[in-house]
Amino acid sequence: MRRRTPRRLAAALMLAMLALPVQAEPVLRIGNGPEPESLDPQRMSSVSALNIARDLYEGLTRIGPDGRALPAAAQGWQVGDGGRRYTFQLRPGLRWSNGEPLTAEDFAAGLRRLVDPRTGAPFAQLLSCIVNAQAISEGRARPEQLAVWALGPSQVQILLRAPTPYLPSLLAHPASFPTYRPALARYGREFARPGRLVGNGAFRLDQWVVQGQIELVRNPHYWDDDRTALDRVRYVPSDDVAAELKRYRAGELDVSSEIPLVQAPQLRARLGDELHVATYLGSYFYGFNMERAPLAAQPGLRRALAMVIDRELIVAKVMNGLARPAYGWVPPGVSGYAPQSVDWAAWPMARRLAEARRLYAAAGYTPAHPLRVELRYNTHDDHKRIATVVAAMWKQTLGVEATLIHEENKVFLAKRRLRRETQIFRAAWIGDYDDASSFLDVLAGDNGRNDTGWRDPQYDALLAAAATEADPARRAGLLAEAERRALDALPVIPIYWYVSKHLVKPYVRGWRDNLLDYHYGKDLSLAPG
Amino acid sequence: MIAFALRRLLSAVPTLFVLVTLAFFLMRAAPGGPFDGERTLPPQIEAALAAEYHLDEPLWRQYLRYLGGLARGDLGPSFQYEGYRVGELIAAALPASLSLGAGALLLALVAGGAIGIVCARRPDGALDRVLGTLALLGVSVPNYVVAPLLVLLFAIGLGWLPAGGWRPGTLADMLLPTVALALPQIAYVARLLRGSLIEALAAPYVRTARAKGLPERTIVFRHALRPALLPVISHLGPAAAGLITGSVVVEQVFNIPGLGRYFVQAALNRDYTLVLGVVLLYGTLIVALNFVVDLLYGALDPRLRPA
Repeated sequence: MRRRTPRRLAAALMLAMLALPVQAEPVLRIGNGPEPESLDPQRMSSVSALNIARDLYEGLTRIGPDGRALPAAAQGWQVGDGGRRYTFQLRPGLRWSNGEPLTAEDFAAGLRRLVDPRTGAPFAQLLSCIVNAQAISEGRARPEQLAVWALGPSQVQILLRAPTPYLPSLLAHPASFPTYRPALARYGREFARPGRLVGNGAFRLDQWVVQGQIELVRNPHYWDDDRTALDRVRYVPSDDVAAELKRYRAGELDVSSEIPLVQAPQLRARLGDELHVATYLGSYFYGFNMERAPLAAQPGLRRALAMVIDRELIVAKVMNGLARPAYGWVPPGVSGYAPQSVDWAAWPMARRLAEARRLYAAAGYTPAHPLRVELRYNTHDDHKRIATVVAAMWKQTLGVEATLIHEENKVFLAKRRLRRETQIFRAAWIGDYDDASSFLDVLAGDNGRNDTGWRDPQYDALLAAAATEADPARRAGLLAEAERRALDALPVIPIYWYVSKHLVKPYVRGWRDNLLDYHYGKDLSLAPG
Repeated sequence: MIAFALRRLLSAVPTLFVLVTLAFFLMRAAPGGPFDGERTLPPQIEAALAAEYHLDEPLWRQYLRYLGGLARGDLGPSFQYEGYRVGELIAAALPASLSLGAGALLLALVAGGAIGIVCARRPDGALDRVLGTLALLGVSVPNYVVAPLLVLLFAIGLGWLPAGGWRPGTLADMLLPTVALALPQIAYVARLLRGSLIEALAAPYVRTARAKGLPERTIVFRHALRPALLPVISHLGPAAAGLITGSVVVEQVFNIPGLGRYFVQAALNRDYTLVLGVVLLYGTLIVALNFVVDLLYGALDPRLRPA
């Protein structure tokens, strides 16, 4: 009898070790895509890091469920000087997550840190609308010269170069969030880690297992803690969308960051109620190298190549419906802006193909003397599928001989930027804030992110005029005119607009799809039971 | 023996030095840099980052700086994981990879060894054919097929085990990834041991032992198995280094915070210091495990003992 006891003990131990975890307190488990590179609000750049930052920190404003800017750490703001001066009034009694008071100077310091080139902030240009921001970023002025002031402990004033109606939306971006200066002074770059990071969001950092999970716990010093339902939020990184889906299906995640394209039809059929697909502020496009013949010099040829791409087919068959066909540069849904599109967007396909053939022939190409181009993309199955389909469409209608070249991402990006070898390249742009300028600025001649090299003085002049226009309607008109110019010249071929695509368990309450795909832990809760 | 160990240790230093030097310059020869992304950085910001990480210095000075850090035991800061040192990242990821690798190694030895012995006892018998086919499957079916299948069956279908995640010391989290990692090794060990054991069982000394009337079990385990294990040990030395440093596929599928993914991701992200860190770790493990293999050779076959 006595000899059996160790066996029983061992069996009990095994069972205990094998037992699946029992959740002790409400924790929301969110699949969050790739591991975030940093939790320092001014140094981060990936979507996965920005998602977590919105729970750890809070800016003067936030994005509401309808995608519009709402008061956050600021309880409101006044606009003066014809839209150039914003004064934000902070909520009373704001505190950092360690209980210390949070003042207007903390917000001002965060903004100065963002534009200081020594910070190395990827989003430093986000606030170039503030007086002196550009000069500071370029090293021509000191960070203290930024036109942001703390007027006492609870007022932040910002002076803009020109009326910027989307400033409240910009200030909801984590790059503008405050950082706790004592931790920064003490730990330098290494401050954004458990035990050191002090934030002002609804949650504070509890645990960070690199490549494992980032767990946040409720911040009792947060001004709206009474209305925060969740005790914990766990962000689970994953580089593998299929693996993330399996964890979601096994009940180990409550929200997924993505869904695998190839499984979209089955997921729609099986988990239709849990699938959230919504318009997202992102564009997938092909760019032309506008510094290389023959495409740079022949707008008709670029137009022909753009016309024959059947975007509906790509969206339906390649993207399995998880995208929207794009005929314009600025995605639909942007505040105060009427979407523009190419003039042939509504033409029947037959007419488009006929016109494309005519333009192709007019450019001097025939079946015996076809256009030979290289189409480059970074190695990825989805990019490959789209490039193959596009090359087939060009070949079938026009006889274009397209060579597909896939390259490792960093090699691809380096070549794209150099504009020597590249002819046509894959690219994407995700907007930083809800305004048409977030897209249109990318094609400006002096914008470092304009990898096409396209320069149109009139386009740039329209953007400059819009940047100083106080009247919202006239400003939108100037921006729309600029977009139409870009769509006439076609330095890029828009292919599709992104959609946000999450699986969300039915017991997760408060999830609201929105254009920027911002979801704050403080708005979410778990249904009882 | 001590002289042998010292000789091996001394010969490891230049080997690792050459390895680090090659890796350093090869990584720098690759196009693109750590701060290149879909979102191009303004030149001033790029310059500030380059200065911060000393990337604005001549390459030879960066190399000397790295070697200097290495001599002090500092593997440098990670370029990708802001605020983390490479040494910290490796130290944090090693326990998960080590426990998984050790588990997989043990499983490979025990299960592969058992299959190899059973097959070698009756070559070309029904059991040998069945297990031989299974072993062939184990070698041929890659991890990225086996691992998701295991998840589908045991986590989603039956709900017995978690689909992913890692809580240190939790057996449930370890089972599926260990099996996925071990399966190809089980098959290798089984096939290697079967072949060498068949050969050993046909050796004259085994015939003599049989003629003397020794029981079959004694013949197999005491006389034939020891020399038959030599090719298995040769294989397991480098294989153990691979298992301990993790598998990118298994870690991704099961969401394990191990070392394996650093090998791929660090290179793709041009995280120069992290690449060098994991290369150095892998090189050190290979050297160390080859040394262990040499010692085991001597233990299994006295003729192979170092003078």
